[in-house]
Amino acid sequence: MSKRSKILGLLLTTAMVAGTSVFASAETLRWARAGDSLTLDPHSQNEGPTHALSQQIYEPLISPDMEAKPIPALATEWMVKEGNANVWVFKLREGVKFHGGEDFTAEDVVFSFNRAKMESSDMKELLVTIKEVRAVDDYTVEMETEGPNPILPNNLTNLFIMDKGWAEANDVTKPAEFDDGEETYAVRNANGTGAFMLESREPDTKTVLKANPDYWGKGQFPLEVTEIIYTPIQNAATRVAALLSGEVDLIQDVPVQDLDRVAGADGLKVGNAPQNRTIFFGINSGDADLENDNVEGKNPFADVRVRKAMNMAIDRDAIKQVVMRGQSAPTGVIMPPFVNGWTSELDAYPKADIEAAKALMMEAGYGDGFEVTMHCPNDRYINDEAICQAAVGMMGKIGITANLVAQTKANHFPLISGKKTDFYLLGWGVPTFDSEYVFNFLVHSTTDDRGSWNGSRFSNPEVDAMIQSLGSEVDLEKRNETIAKIWQVVQDEQIYLPIHNQVLNWGMKSNIDFPVQPEDQPHFKFMKFN
Amino acid sequence: MLAYVIRRVLQSIFVLLMVGLVAFSMFRFVGDPVENLLGQERTQADIERVRDQLGLNDPFAVQYVKFLGNALQGNLGVSYRQGRPVSEIIAERAPATLELAGVSALFAVLFGVGLGVFTAIRRDGFMANFIMTTSLIGVSLPTFLIGILLIYIFAVELGWLPSFGRGETVKIGWWSTGFLTESGLKAIILPAITLGLYQMTLIMRLVRSEMLEVLRTDYIKFARARGLSTRAINFGHALKNTLVPVITVTGLQIGSIIAFAIITETVFQWPGVGLLFINAIQFVDIPVMAAYLMLISVMFVLINLIVDLLYFVIDPRLSADASTRGH
Repeated sequence: MSKRSKILGLLLTTAMVAGTSVFASAETLRWARAGDSLTLDPHSQNEGPTHALSQQIYEPLISPDMEAKPIPALATEWMVKEGNANVWVFKLREGVKFHGGEDFTAEDVVFSFNRAKMESSDMKELLVTIKEVRAVDDYTVEMETEGPNPILPNNLTNLFIMDKGWAEANDVTKPAEFDDGEETYAVRNANGTGAFMLESREPDTKTVLKANPDYWGKGQFPLEVTEIIYTPIQNAATRVAALLSGEVDLIQDVPVQDLDRVAGADGLKVGNAPQNRTIFFGINSGDADLENDNVEGKNPFADVRVRKAMNMAIDRDAIKQVVMRGQSAPTGVIMPPFVNGWTSELDAYPKADIEAAKALMMEAGYGDGFEVTMHCPNDRYINDEAICQAAVGMMGKIGITANLVAQTKANHFPLISGKKTDFYLLGWGVPTFDSEYVFNFLVHSTTDDRGSWNGSRFSNPEVDAMIQSLGSEVDLEKRNETIAKIWQVVQDEQIYLPIHNQVLNWGMKSNIDFPVQPEDQPHFKFMKFN
Repeated sequence: MLAYVIRRVLQSIFVLLMVGLVAFSMFRFVGDPVENLLGQERTQADIERVRDQLGLNDPFAVQYVKFLGNALQGNLGVSYRQGRPVSEIIAERAPATLELAGVSALFAVLFGVGLGVFTAIRRDGFMANFIMTTSLIGVSLPTFLIGILLIYIFAVELGWLPSFGRGETVKIGWWSTGFLTESGLKAIILPAITLGLYQMTLIMRLVRSEMLEVLRTDYIKFARARGLSTRAINFGHALKNTLVPVITVTGLQIGSIIAFAIITETVFQWPGVGLLFINAIQFVDIPVMAAYLMLISVMFVLINLIVDLLYFVIDPRLSADASTRGH
């Protein structure tokens, strides 16, 4: 780790020399996406667009870069404490100031972590293993976990640091409670250490950010953007029109049917990258009988042959071509390629084979098929309802009559978490970039703090024990072996039916040099103009 | 007249209470707000705690009574989505919607009455027929499509007008207005036309048929015979007598202009209460939905009341009837 910081230091000095010329041009970036950030309070909402805006203003200890790889931000290095596997040590960056001029010290880190661990914080689940955060000196922080937690740093990339004094002065020492009955100061005001400072904010209308003249990263990052004007534009056609007419410079969420239009327009281009989100079907294999089918007294999904047959019946290439217009990466596993534990063998998916699938159905005793309800969201993922419609047809070919119920996400997701659906579409991203996250939520039996999204009702004590061991296994090689073993079970048992990884498309002016970030999180300090 | 007003006000209050009751009984079908409030890492305990804090475990009747109690004290609750008081958000958003509705209504009335009179007087002319035919488009195309069409013509192809938003606004007290800046004025043109087009054609057709009717009556013939100028006959006598139904319709339509601004506001990303309502539905933001629905029904009820009272002013026969009945 210290080697890394040395290299960074070197980069810093060389870039500082070159830095002056870069900063000369003033560039305003007009940025639009479908949804606005919900709040500027960094610990109130664990949600994509909210974090995307906060990342410009606030900073975490460890920040994701444009490839979503963790790089040092407010911490310069971090390591497990020698002699105590339960303690992580973070060395903090010196000389950093908040936008209000306050010095950044260990005290602020301790304060922010304690704030994020409070009951009203939406970030607390990511910090659940942390027992205590303490300041050793002004620029060293120790975090003690319940047991060894080798991947703790992965959980911290959206954990923003606030200034303690500012929070106390403005009475925002805890994230807003839903029954507070009033607005807290941190909802529309912000004081971070980030590359951009909040200039003005009208929620759902317009937010203006200005470059931070005292940013610590000068010379290290391009920092060519001097002003950001962020306007949410909900309607997809309007958003595209605003880009085509030159009223905005960058839009996220370009609808797949408009990609050619944007790419073909003068002075515009489309960038894409696989997103950190896998789309798949869940099937209830755990219950003795199903609520939503016409087979009495038993559960057809409990038979692994039925699940295999369903997996074979899905024509992922057809979904990619017809439904997604080429904009998806079909997969055979429910995690995107960036995640620790991913292999190309797991990712490989079977070609659709109706005959073999039918034979399996016959073997399982369901040659005549059965009827079941399929639940699907219609406003959450790219073309979600269309994917389900396609799947209904594919299931029909092997005799499974799926009755599609497509509805808004606010109605769909409670069915999964409430275990009320037997066949459903779900998308899952892995913010920690580690398989453990997938296992905890989707594979572990449902308990108080794990398996909350395991709608498959799959439950296997041995697998549960393996998943739990991941949390405290310090030997990374051994840990990775366990991960591979668990994936083998998930694949052999065909607990889920993977479809594809989503592809992100950003439309932008041709003179912008900016990669698409897999978390859909633009970090404008990296943006360059040609 | 006073008794009439009191009766109407009581009726209105009853209507409002019913609207609220129906609204609250519907909210749980919109979805579960808790799913949107908590991230995907939430546990069952979090869900329970938040449901409890928000009072979502109460039967809807209890939720409704609580809402009414608070609303009567001027507290409309806090938005789930934005974490800010609903009354503050609505006050912030209302100017945008009211300005848009005002300009659309003005557009609809001016062009509607003007073109209506024109097509009635020149009923067989080429222009009149052309206007009547094209006005069919205004009635039959959905607002959504008209908006997108206008955006593509005037923003993308011609580049004359902005495709979204309200432009620069100026604050006058708590009211933010787009009328005082060039970008603000430019920004309101397309949404106002989109929103007012349907009402304009409606008013135009109404005025036209009423005018045709009136122009056939005896007193117009007598007026002609007396040698009054065509202008005086058309505008002084004929038009005035067509206005009673026009005012009713226009009044009710102003209500729907505000209420149905939802679609136009979504297409143009117009930061008004309609857009707020759409966002609230998607997020299951119950306090905002409840407040919006109540406000809209208050507005409809008020407009109806005003329209009824206007009859007295415009049509002397009504007040004459009322006074004779009184004796």
